[in-house]
Amino acid sequence: MKYIDEYRDKDLIMKLAAQIRRSVKGTYTFMEVCGGHTAAIQRFGIPSLLPEEVKLISGPGCPVCVTEKDFIDKAIEYSLRKDVILTTFGDLMRVPGSFTSLEKMKSSGADIRIVFSGLDALKTARINPDKKVIFLGIGFETTAPGTAVTIKSAVIEKISNFFVLSSHKVMPPAMEAILKDGTAIDGFICPGHVAVITGSSAFDFIPEKYSRGCVVTGFEPTDILLGIYMLIQQVNNNDPFVEIQYKRAVTRNGNPLAKSVMQAVFEKCDASWRGFGPILLSGLVPGKDYRRFDAEYQIPVMVNSQPDNELCMCGDILRGWKTPEECPLFSRACNPLNPVGACMVSNEGSCNTWYKYKLAK
Amino acid sequence: MKDIITLGHGSGGKQMHDLIKEIFTGSFGMPEPLTDSAILDFTGNKLAFTTDSYVVDPLFFPGGNIGKLAVCGTVNDLAVSGARPLYLSASFIIEEGFPFAKLSEIAASMAEEAHKAGIKIVTGDTKVVEKGKCDGLFITTSGAGAVLPGREHISSGKRIRPGDKLIINGPPGNHSIAVLGARKDLSFTTNVVSDCAALNHLIESVCNACDEIHFMRDVTRGGLAAVLNEIAGITGMGMSVDEPSVPVDDPVRGACEMLGFDPLYLANEGKVLIIAGAGSEDKILGIMRSDPAGTRPEIIGEVLSGEKNHVILNTVTGGKRIIDMPIGLQLPRIC
Repeated sequence: MKYIDEYRDKDLIMKLAAQIRRSVKGTYTFMEVCGGHTAAIQRFGIPSLLPEEVKLISGPGCPVCVTEKDFIDKAIEYSLRKDVILTTFGDLMRVPGSFTSLEKMKSSGADIRIVFSGLDALKTARINPDKKVIFLGIGFETTAPGTAVTIKSAVIEKISNFFVLSSHKVMPPAMEAILKDGTAIDGFICPGHVAVITGSSAFDFIPEKYSRGCVVTGFEPTDILLGIYMLIQQVNNNDPFVEIQYKRAVTRNGNPLAKSVMQAVFEKCDASWRGFGPILLSGLVPGKDYRRFDAEYQIPVMVNSQPDNELCMCGDILRGWKTPEECPLFSRACNPLNPVGACMVSNEGSCNTWYKYKLAK
Repeated sequence: MKDIITLGHGSGGKQMHDLIKEIFTGSFGMPEPLTDSAILDFTGNKLAFTTDSYVVDPLFFPGGNIGKLAVCGTVNDLAVSGARPLYLSASFIIEEGFPFAKLSEIAASMAEEAHKAGIKIVTGDTKVVEKGKCDGLFITTSGAGAVLPGREHISSGKRIRPGDKLIINGPPGNHSIAVLGARKDLSFTTNVVSDCAALNHLIESVCNACDEIHFMRDVTRGGLAAVLNEIAGITGMGMSVDEPSVPVDDPVRGACEMLGFDPLYLANEGKVLIIAGAGSEDKILGIMRSDPAGTRPEIIGEVLSGEKNHVILNTVTGGKRIIDMPIGLQLPRIC
């Protein structure tokens, strides 16, 4: 299949793996901060192609994983209301809230519908004018423009029964939080899809302020291996800078249209990230001209969120401090069927992917 | 969290297997391992007996409808147990208001498929429920067939040996994607057609020509991933699958890339996985190719001697990863 097979060419992959082995001059730890990378790295078995000296760790790149429990609790609270249809991406269904999950609420009769885009949720609002349709807006710069366009469309179509519960976040402040934390990493495999929107320049502060390498990388196996090779070169040359491996999609300045709609509709707010706590100006909520679409503002709910299981190490794992295997719950009390934390639910979560992968050894 | 049934319990994966074990098989005193059909002693002969319910949404999809599915699915459950399908029952739960014309069309499909498969529909039941109490139409079919001498072992998996070859009769995933494309609530359309077909003639030809058939299973909900994990669980042996050799149609691959599905986990309604002794694979491929339901068969992997009961995928990149039992909701009401 065109645009897929050429990036999964086995000979090329073997050549890249050999080149990585030859260029290793010490040990290297790189962090990926995109759930798509976490999933692709495991799906294609990338760790089995790397020498021992190259270690990959996952950061806070899975939007489901970094979402605080009170977001799920609020969504559950909305789903209890008879006048509400809750619309969500499928990933959130099994994430445990304080007391239950959206999946169980749906099974108990709540009107919760899985959608593939915000526009599908808007369509639900259009054909159900007597209901309040709430869309769970989640994701980074990749999905936030879609939600912004949906809100703009609601304005144009004069749809007044559509609302967004926003957990949208932006990535660079979380990357800075990791660096301030002192997490031992030599460079970032920068999020390719986020960078399609933001442009690679969003990561300039990383080499400038923190002297760490950055390679904006694509999602096919050759992309990822080449990205790792480029990072190794940066470390070897002691020359950290922002490089683009994913040139077929990413530019320095990104997508101006997507950025402008995002800026027009959303305003930045301080947001709490699971495992990190509050990070300054890292969240997105509908700005004052669009507040009539903000579910929290228009339909306020109170929730009594419970603290996480104190043994759950999701927080430390999301910060790159621990690996899933170091968590006492991992693969025992916490597994994909009975997840304790969101990292075990999402296909992009580190615990979920480690669970599948580590059994292979 | 209070334990209740969720859609995940019907997805053909780990939750469903745990549910069956926990609630049903123990209470009913059924012997393990569970197979596609029960093999029963009946006046000196072996009888295969099976049942299946069909709740597909929508009722009509490219390549078939719920009636065709209800016949083919049960025929296939018998055929993969080494049985010649003979008799079928059909029960209908119909929602008030359902159009006669649609019901006639569905019944006609059932008659046509039963005729093609050489199975007789001999008994049935009809119930009508109030509007809103079922989604149009649900069908349950049960089937009985005669297990032919020399094929009693096929459903048990007892003859599976390390080195055996894993063979599939064609590309997986088409049924799932076709049904998904036919759903009105998703803004996703596709020209993929369901693979829904009765496989008993293909299986009969293969079994007649080759006595090295060690196991067969129709690959339905949960996809190849579920079937391979079940076999690994039954035998305690590992399985390896070579990703490049799994024949996935381009439109299905494209849909998977876009929607985040893995073709190995997608449901099928006309696919059989055959585990056969090494050396017999070319003959089996040849026979499959001469049947309309086996136009693109492939050897996709083999049974391992080590690796305990893990299913290992040799990825396109030359890496390795585990193929797990599907967990949670895949696609509800796919069959």
